[in-house]
This record gives sequence, C-alpha cells and structure tokens, in this order.
Amino acid sequence: MASLSTSVGSIALDRPGMIASGIMDETGKSLVRVLESGAGAVVTKSIGLMPNPGHDNPCFMEVRGGYVNAMGLPNPGIEEFGEEMKVAVPKGKVIGSIYGAGPEDFSKLAIKMEEYGACAVELNLSCPHAKGYGMEVGTDPDMVKSIVSAVKSSVSIPVWAKLTPNTHILTKIGAAVQDAGGDAIVAINTLKAMVISPEFARPIMSNKFCGLSGDAVKPVGVRAIYDLKSAVDIPLIGVGGISCWRDAAEYIMAGACAFQVGSAVGTKGLEVFGQINDGLSAFMDEYGYGSISSMVGAAHE
Amino acid sequence: MSDIVIIKEIIQEAYDTKTFVFDWDAKVRPGQFIMVWIPGTDEIPMSVSGISDSTKSITVKAIGEATRRLHEFKVGDRLSIRGPFGNGFDLADDNILIIGGGVGTAAIMPAVVQTGADTIIAARSDKDLIMLDTARKHSKNVWIATDDGSAGFHGNAVQLMKEKLKDRSYRYIVACGPEVMLYFTYKACQELDQDCQLSMERYMKCGAGVCGCCVMDDMRICKDGPVFKKDQISKLKEFGVSNRDACGRVHNFR
Repeated sequence: MASLSTSVGSIALDRPGMIASGIMDETGKSLVRVLESGAGAVVTKSIGLMPNPGHDNPCFMEVRGGYVNAMGLPNPGIEEFGEEMKVAVPKGKVIGSIYGAGPEDFSKLAIKMEEYGACAVELNLSCPHAKGYGMEVGTDPDMVKSIVSAVKSSVSIPVWAKLTPNTHILTKIGAAVQDAGGDAIVAINTLKAMVISPEFARPIMSNKFCGLSGDAVKPVGVRAIYDLKSAVDIPLIGVGGISCWRDAAEYIMAGACAFQVGSAVGTKGLEVFGQINDGLSAFMDEYGYGSISSMVGAAHE
Repeated sequence: MSDIVIIKEIIQEAYDTKTFVFDWDAKVRPGQFIMVWIPGTDEIPMSVSGISDSTKSITVKAIGEATRRLHEFKVGDRLSIRGPFGNGFDLADDNILIIGGGVGTAAIMPAVVQTGADTIIAARSDKDLIMLDTARKHSKNVWIATDDGSAGFHGNAVQLMKEKLKDRSYRYIVACGPEVMLYFTYKACQELDQDCQLSMERYMKCGAGVCGCCVMDDMRICKDGPVFKKDQISKLKEFGVSNRDACGRVHNFR
C-alpha cells in the first residue's frame, strides 16, 4: 500500500486532505467531526478581530457546476474562538485561518491562534466578497509582502497564504509570499461571481457579488497551482473543486503536496475524505507511486 | 439550484398565519424544508407543510420582517425557493403519536396526512391553533391542547402527551414545536422509556450542509437533521441549553 503521508514544510500529515476554510469549521465539535472523518488536518473558518455576522441571507446557492456563496466572513471573533480551539486542538492538527485589513490585524490574530495551539496560520488574502478584506488586500504584492512579513515576525508557527485566482499576477503574489518568508501557499479561493434572478431582475445574493466554488473551478485551480509551482519553491496546497481522487491527483501532479476539500462536503458528505484517500491509494499502487512526494509536480516533467 | 414557483392558493390559518400553496413537482418527504427567498429582505428556512405530486405548501406565521413581507404575497406571485433539504421523519411505522406545537404544527402536518396517526396540536390559545381541518380530515384522533384552556385540554403539549400515554402505547413520538416543548417532550420520553423523533431548528445560512453555522453540537440541523432520533438527541449537549447567533457566538437559554 502506498503511503498517503505527506508534509507541508515542517508539518507532517498522515493524510493529504484537509477541510477548506469556511466549511463545517466554525465550532470546535464540528472541527473534531471532520478530523474523525479522515481529514489529515482542518482549517478553521476565517476569524477576525471582532465578531461578524457576515452578509445577510441569501448568502449561498447551488449553481450548475458548484455553489456560490457570499457568507461575508461570519465568525465569533478571535477572543470567543478560543473556546472552539480548546475543543478541536487536542483532537488533531488545526490550522487557524485569519482575516484582517492589514499587517497589524493579521499579526494580532496569528499570535492568538498560536496561543490557542494552531499548528499553522492560513492568511485569508483571497475572499472575493468582503469589502476591505480578503482579495482586496491579497491582490497587491506589496501589501501581501508586508502582511506575510509582519505575521512571520510575530509567530513561530508556519504561515500559509491563501491566494485568489481573481488576478492576472498570481505568480507575482506567490513570489511576494515567498520573499516575505511565507511557509506555504494555498490556492485557490473562490472565483468572484454573480447570479441574477431574471424573474426579480436583481442579483440573488444580498451582497450582489459572491464566490464560485465546486467542480467548475477545478481546472482554474489546477492551472493556478501549476503556474505557482513554476514560480516559487515553497510548498503548495491545492484547493478548488476537489471531490474525488482524480481531482486530488491532478492538483498533486500540478505541484501541490497536500490539498483541501470544500464544496464536496455538501455534495458528497464527509465520507468524501475516506473516498479520496482510498482512491488515491489504489491509483498510487497501480501506477507505482510509493509516496505523495513522488507524485508532486509530476505533470511538469 | 433555485426554482421559481407560482402561488396558486393562500389559506388564512389564523390571525397571523397563512399557508401558501404553490405548483412544484419536486419530490419532498414529510419533515423536509426549503429555503425561501424574499427579495430585498432575507432568505429563510420554511418547513414544507403540505405535499402533493404537483403542489407543495409552506405555512408562515408573521413574526419577523421576512415573514411579514411574505404575508404580502398574493395568488399569482412568484416565489424563489431552494431545496428540499434535510432528512425528514422516518414514518416506517404508523402506530405513532404526532405532536405539533405552535407554528411547528406546519412541519408535522405532512406526516399526519401520510400516516393518519393520532395527533396532538398545541398552541397558546384557541386563536393560535392552525391546520386543525387538515389534521381532522386524515386522522381520527386529533387532540387539542391550549396553554390558557380556551380550547381542548388546558395545558401544554407535553402534559397532554403524558395523559394520552397513560392508556395508549405508540412505537414512537414525532414532534415539532418550540425548543422548550421539544426539550420537555424528550425528557418525558426518557422518563417513560418512549422512543421519539424531534424536528429541530437553528439559525441557518446555506441550508446545504456546507457552512456549518446551524450546528447543534457536531450535528448540522440542515443536513444531518432537522429530524433527530432519541439516541442521537441523547448526545446533543446543546439541545435545550444554548444556540448560536449569526456570528457563531453561543447564547444560553437560561
């Protein structure tokens, strides 16, 4: 049996799949349930300095090829989130996702996440539907550099940057993460999108703009990882439309050493982690890949 | 995917409660719910209160901005809905007792229609009772409880349930209503060693099991529920104790 263990820099994972930020990860008990379903690690909901109810409903809907959402970064705030971390951290590897308006916010949040026992922080530089946050700070390489630098000098745990595909300078942003000492890049977040109701002649989401996830975005994500692999040397984590082992294998061969699953939890249930693990393992046996690392970037050769 | 449906009938159930019947041929099980979009206001989960092959209905009590706006909708107006979502009731046995409290009666009505089982409908007073005619059409025993005694049994749903269980036995209880009613229904079922299935509620965003905001412990109301069986409920420490707001902050009931 091929080994599914992998590592993202200094973080060793028994299994290569994690839950993507925003999916069943707002509470400690939810995070534990995901860990017990076969995920190698969990990424928390993106947490900010203050409690945030997010955007009004509708903030989610099914579309052909996936989902759109404009949750608007709902979270209880970093202080209260400590209680959830207390429940989750003893049960497995928890990566703390955080969002802020600039270097200072991110540093404060990262320090708290480290105190709570997060094994890494994931900087949300990519949410496409929150004004002043996410991709609004994550598409400027200088801003990205200053945020990553500030967080790096504030904590000793690894710092991952989650990037947006909604830019033509993805590799420059990736290089900025690397130059600032970032430990890994997570790509992609959702594609900025909109859905209009012809009957009501208006955008359906209360926020008007939203982000597209699911099957439809996978080729975009695979391309993003492939591009980043050519541009940086730090580890890459692939995310976007993964719902089966083939999808995971594509991301790994594009250059990812681990991956995250989001929307497929809605369509396939938490069983998706076990299914991907089994399928990937069988594929690796049949094709003679003894380890995840031997597959990473295979499509570049 | 969202569906656009046309309202074909509106039934005034009580002074503050209306049933909206619309054409929709989706397959829906008793106990499932849909997300209803009220453009410019909100999107809210609503139990499906009536099921036929070609039509479905929701029963709406005007208690907030979104539900008051919904009450302004007329026959011929269009609704944008998503769903159906959730697991629904397990109605494999028809020797069951069905209990609806307040507007929770809407959620259990398709189960009454499908099984014709004995039914308790409870409300604060006679003017708050809803869907009695539908229940009586399908079930030969429809018992009423009102808190103020203005109709039927003077007392709450749980007290009447305990009375009925003195000389009748059922495979299980099916109930939907305010959480305090469900909590004491569950407590009574524990005391009496009586099986039950309860339909729960929490603040909801996606409806599809993705965002995780409607959890009670580690169970998503929208996807793992809204109906939970007794052995599942026994593991829910937050049931009857606390819920979470839109930010995900915990609020204790007492």
